[in-house]
Amino acid sequence: MAFKIIASQCTQCGACEFECPSGAIKFKGESYVVEPQKCTECEGAFETQQCASVCPVPKTCIPA
Amino acid sequence: MSAPVISVESLTGRLSDQLLASADSGGCASSSCGSSTRPDDVDPAIWDKIKDHPCFSEEAHHYFARMHVAVAPACNVQCNYCNRKYDCANESRPGVVSEKLTPDQAVRKVIAVANEVPQLSVLGIAGPGDACYDWEKTKATFERVARQIPDVKLCVSTNGLALPDHVDELADMNVDHVTITINMVDPEVGAKIYPWIFHDHRRYVGIQAARILHERQMLGLEMLSARGILTKINSVMIPGVNDQHLIEVNKLVKQRGAFLHNVMPLISDPAHGTHYGLTGQRGPNAMEMKALQDRLEGGAKLMRHCRQCRADAVGLLGEDRGQEFTLDQIPSELTYDASKRETYRELVADERRDHLAARSEAIGMVKIASSGKSLLVAVATKGGGRVNEHFGHAKEFQVYEASPTGINFVGHRKVEQYCLGGWGENATLDGVIAALEGIDFVLCAKIGHCPKDQLADAGIRATDAYGHDYIETAIGAIYAAESGVPALTATA
Ligand code: SF4
Ligand code: SF4
Ligand code: SF4
Repeated sequence: MAFKIIASQCTQCGACEFECPSGAIKFKGESYVVEPQKCTECEGAFETQQCASVCPVPKTCIPA
Repeated sequence: MSAPVISVESLTGRLSDQLLASADSGGCASSSCGSSTRPDDVDPAIWDKIKDHPCFSEEAHHYFARMHVAVAPACNVQCNYCNRKYDCANESRPGVVSEKLTPDQAVRKVIAVANEVPQLSVLGIAGPGDACYDWEKTKATFERVARQIPDVKLCVSTNGLALPDHVDELADMNVDHVTITINMVDPEVGAKIYPWIFHDHRRYVGIQAARILHERQMLGLEMLSARGILTKINSVMIPGVNDQHLIEVNKLVKQRGAFLHNVMPLISDPAHGTHYGLTGQRGPNAMEMKALQDRLEGGAKLMRHCRQCRADAVGLLGEDRGQEFTLDQIPSELTYDASKRETYRELVADERRDHLAARSEAIGMVKIASSGKSLLVAVATKGGGRVNEHFGHAKEFQVYEASPTGINFVGHRKVEQYCLGGWGENATLDGVIAALEGIDFVLCAKIGHCPKDQLADAGIRATDAYGHDYIETAIGAIYAAESGVPALTATA
């Protein structure tokens, strides 16, 4: 149960890192990545996955 | 390569000469003495706020430096002229940055710069991303810097969408300069510039997005004005999209208390991967920019000395020493040493008083010479308000207009440095001459025969006769000569 970021589409706006309630998104080396152990799919915090709803590029934050 | 700054040492040398000179004349011969601690056209209460801020005061930009730290990468708006993904070390444009920093790293960098760059007076957070949206990081950085270096001014640049949420905290933290980028006041125009915004946990597109952004920008501006925080409005001039519309923008922001309006040319290049770059939207040329700025005169006061710095720029406007202060060059333990900044400030206070007196004298003279003519003069300078850069070393020229209304700064022209390692490249010189289109005179500290002749062939007169004089004094002398009036004798 986790989300992931498709690096080739990500514009690196950083918005997802900032909105993620679990602190699961970090800028690592070249791109933003989701740490699967930390991602809760926003369960209990929000109705929708915050990374996917803030991300400007469709289909960039998707279920892993 | 040595950085083009005025060093404390060179300033000291020059100052002692001047002190001797003025001692002979009794120290105070100028008629404008006493009123000359600020430019004549600035309100005293406001002068106090802007006198050390290079972006808010054209006069201050000769003496003081700013630095930006990129701590707030997250953004809630997409602009068609921005692409946060690509970062190229060889280009300079706002929003582009090579190093994203944590607040702790940023504080270390500010201390390192404050220890080495005595001109530093302003710390700004200006992207990539939005300082007000990514607020926690902005706030943490400001709080820590204010604790360690209390006399550095803090300022933020924002797209305005999240601004109303943080105006009170900005006021509490003594942030007294805010820049808002406002490119439209009509959502129809806005929809062509902004593909989407993210607000209140939701994404909006089209006219609705532009309307929300517009309303939040106006609200933020009004809230800042009500608290006496000075605002600068940045507008990107996009030919065919908002160029005519900016006249309306200027009017509306002035009504809401904006202090300065800064119109910047769109930078678009397919290599930047921005929407405008990829769709071939062009930017305006120097003469189109000036024409629009001239039409805006009389509205909100215009800023014409903006250099569209990178979001991690360090140094005087027009220079960027950012590469000297990358994280890997900064020790992990650092203590702030105020000595260089303090010495510099004392020296500058005197130099500036002298410069302001010389300036108002030169302007007064140009006004009475009243030939009705107007001259565009390009000046090579490395700071301090003087003609002190070699023609071949200049990476930009500051452009002044001398006319019956006085001597006014009207902008700058970027050029490719013509002389590298002692040799001038002819192809580069052609480029420099093209960039100087419309200029009547070039003033510099030194120029060789060959470039001088080629400039003359292009109808541009160049001289190094005024090397190291104050810019206005030199321009005044040229204007007087052109008008057939005897020139002022040098004041210092
Ligand atoms: S789904 Fe939620 S918890 Fe997981 S990475 Fe995205 S925002 Fe964070
Ligand atoms: S929100 Fe989307 S585009 Fe922005 S950094 Fe995260 S994954 Fe990349
Ligand atoms: S981009 Fe413009 S406003 Fe910002 S620091 Fe540079 S000159 Fe000042």
